[in-house]
Amino acid sequence: MAVITLPKINLPVANAAVPPANKPFIEIENVSLYYGAAKALKNISLNLGEKIVTAFIGPSGCGKSTLLRCLNRMNDLIDNVRIDGAIKIGGHNIYAKDVDVIELRKRVGMVFQKSNPFPKSIYENVAYGLRLHGVKDKAALDEAVVQSLQQSALWDEVKDRLHSSALGLSGGQQQRLCIARAIAIRPEVILMDEPASALDPIATTRIEELILNLKKDFTIVIVTHNMQQAARISDQTAFFYIGELVEHGPTAKIFTNPGQKRTEDYVTGRFG
Amino acid sequence: MNSVTSSQYLPESTEPPLTRHFRAEKFDFWSFFFFGLTGLATLFILGILATILLNIIINGWGGLSWHFVSTIPKKDFFDVHTTGVLPMIVGTTIRVIVMTLFVIPVGVITAIYLTEYAANTSLVTRIIRAAVNNLAGVPSIVFGLFGLGFFINFVGKNMDALFHNPTAVWGQPALIWASLTLAVMTMPVVIVATEESLKAIPPGLREASLALGATKLETILKIVLPQALPGIMTGGILAVSRAAGEVAPILFTGAAYYMASLPAHLTDPFMDLGYHVFVLSTQSPNIEQTRPILYATVLVLLMLTFALNLVAIIIRARVRKKLRALG
Repeated sequence: MAVITLPKINLPVANAAVPPANKPFIEIENVSLYYGAAKALKNISLNLGEKIVTAFIGPSGCGKSTLLRCLNRMNDLIDNVRIDGAIKIGGHNIYAKDVDVIELRKRVGMVFQKSNPFPKSIYENVAYGLRLHGVKDKAALDEAVVQSLQQSALWDEVKDRLHSSALGLSGGQQQRLCIARAIAIRPEVILMDEPASALDPIATTRIEELILNLKKDFTIVIVTHNMQQAARISDQTAFFYIGELVEHGPTAKIFTNPGQKRTEDYVTGRFG
Repeated sequence: MNSVTSSQYLPESTEPPLTRHFRAEKFDFWSFFFFGLTGLATLFILGILATILLNIIINGWGGLSWHFVSTIPKKDFFDVHTTGVLPMIVGTTIRVIVMTLFVIPVGVITAIYLTEYAANTSLVTRIIRAAVNNLAGVPSIVFGLFGLGFFINFVGKNMDALFHNPTAVWGQPALIWASLTLAVMTMPVVIVATEESLKAIPPGLREASLALGATKLETILKIVLPQALPGIMTGGILAVSRAAGEVAPILFTGAAYYMASLPAHLTDPFMDLGYHVFVLSTQSPNIEQTRPILYATVLVLLMLTFALNLVAIIIRARVRKKLRALG
C-alpha cells in the first residue's frame, strides 16, 4: 500500500469544560455538490458538535445521504461528482489537496443502510480494519475484537462462535457487527446511513440503545427516515429539503417548536 | 364521472361473467404443438449425444486395457497388439495444465481491469470488449497459424538468437507454444466468466471495505477476489473443456506424428490424443485393423477430458465449501 503520509490531523482532545454541543467538530462550509449538471446539494453550511448524535432528516432525494457521504469522501467513488466548498473535521479541511483519503476514512467510519458483513468469520470481520492498518499482534487483535464486540452489544451473542461465518447472524446482529467493525479502528466520527431501516422493531431498539451508548466516545451523524427514531436518539437535528438545509437545531426544538413552516409540516407528517 | 368499462370496447357477452372467464379452455392446438416441438428438439439433442457416447463406449471398451494406456508405442502404432496411448495421454494432460497456468492469471487480470478499473463507457474499454468477443469467434485453425507465426517464428526464433543456440531450441513446435496458443484461444472464456463473477459481488462489500480505509487494491485482493474464486474456476473449467479436445491450434505449434519417448522439456514437441485420432483415421494402411484402436483412443480422450473437468470441479466445490464455512 502506497501511503502518502500527511501531517497528522491533530484532533482536539475532548474537553469537559466546554459544553460539547457548542463546540463545532465538523464544520460544513458552503458545500454544493453536483452530479454532472444536477445540483444535489445547495450551499449547505452546518456545524456539528462533538460526541453528540446529529440526525439528518428529510424526504427522499433531499440530499441527506449525499451530504453524509461527503463527510468520509465516499462520493469520490462516483464518476461525475463535483463538490464546492469546504468540510472541516477537527479544524482540518478534508477536501484539501494534501488529504489522504485512507487516513480520513480511518478517522470517519461508516455504517450502511443494508448490513454488509464480509463473508468471513465474525472475528475476521472486526479484525479486517485493524489488519488493514497494520495491526499484526495476535493479542492486540484479540483485545480489540473483544472490546469492539462488547461495545457494540454483540459480545454475549457471539462469544462462543467468533470463528464461524458472519453470514449466519440475524439481520440485526449483522448490523451490530458492522458497527463493531467500524468502531474497531477507533474512528472519531461514525456516519450511519439509515442503519435500522431494514430491521424489525426489536433489532431497531437495540441499535438505538447502542447509538446512545456510543456517543460517549464517538461523534455520530445518522441519516434516518424515521421521525420517532430521530426524536429518540439525536441531540441535534438537521432538516433538509431538495438539496437545501432548511433548519438545524436541538432535536427537541425541531420537533416541538420548529422555526420554519416546512420543518413543521414534515415532522408532523403533513408531507414527505 | 364516466367510468371506462370493457363493454365500451368488447362486444357484449351473453354468458354470465364467471363462467365466461373460468371455463376450461378448448383444446388449443398451437399450445400443444409448441410444447411438442420443444420436447422433440430436446429429445433430438439427447438422442445425438447418447448415440455418440454409446457408439464410442460399446466399440471402444474392448480395446481398453492397462497395456493400452501404459505403453509407449513402437513406430507402427496401427497394430492392435503393440500400440499404446501413454505419450498422447501425457501430452494432452500437460498441454491442458500448462495452458491453464497461463490463461487463468492473464484472463483474471484482464477481467479485473475491465470491471474494477476501466471506465465502463470509455472508447478503450469498448474496444477491448469488442476484441475479446471477436477473439472468441476466430476459427481455431487461425489460432494455430497465429501460434506458428507469432510464438514459434517470432518469439521462439528470437529467443534462440538471443541465447545463441546453435540449433533451434525455442524456435520449433513445442509443448509450451501449443499451450500458449490454446491459452490465447480460451482467453475470452476466462475473461467473460471472471467478469460475470466480479460483477455479481455486492457493491456493498466493496463500499464497506473502502469505508474502513482500505485501498482499491486491498479491497480487490482481500474481499473481491476470494468471493469471485468459484466463478473464476468455472471459467477455467470451460477453458479446459474447450481446449482438451482441440486439434487445430496445436497442429502447427507442437503436436507430433510420432515420438519414441515422452517429452522431457516444455520445448519438446508432444503426441496428442486428439491429433492421434486424426492420424489413426487418415493415415492407417489397414482401416479394419485400426478401427478398434481408433475407438479406444477416442474413448480415452473422452475419459481424459472428463477427468480433467472432474478435478477442476472438485477443487471448485472445495473452495465453495471453504468460503461458505468461513472465508
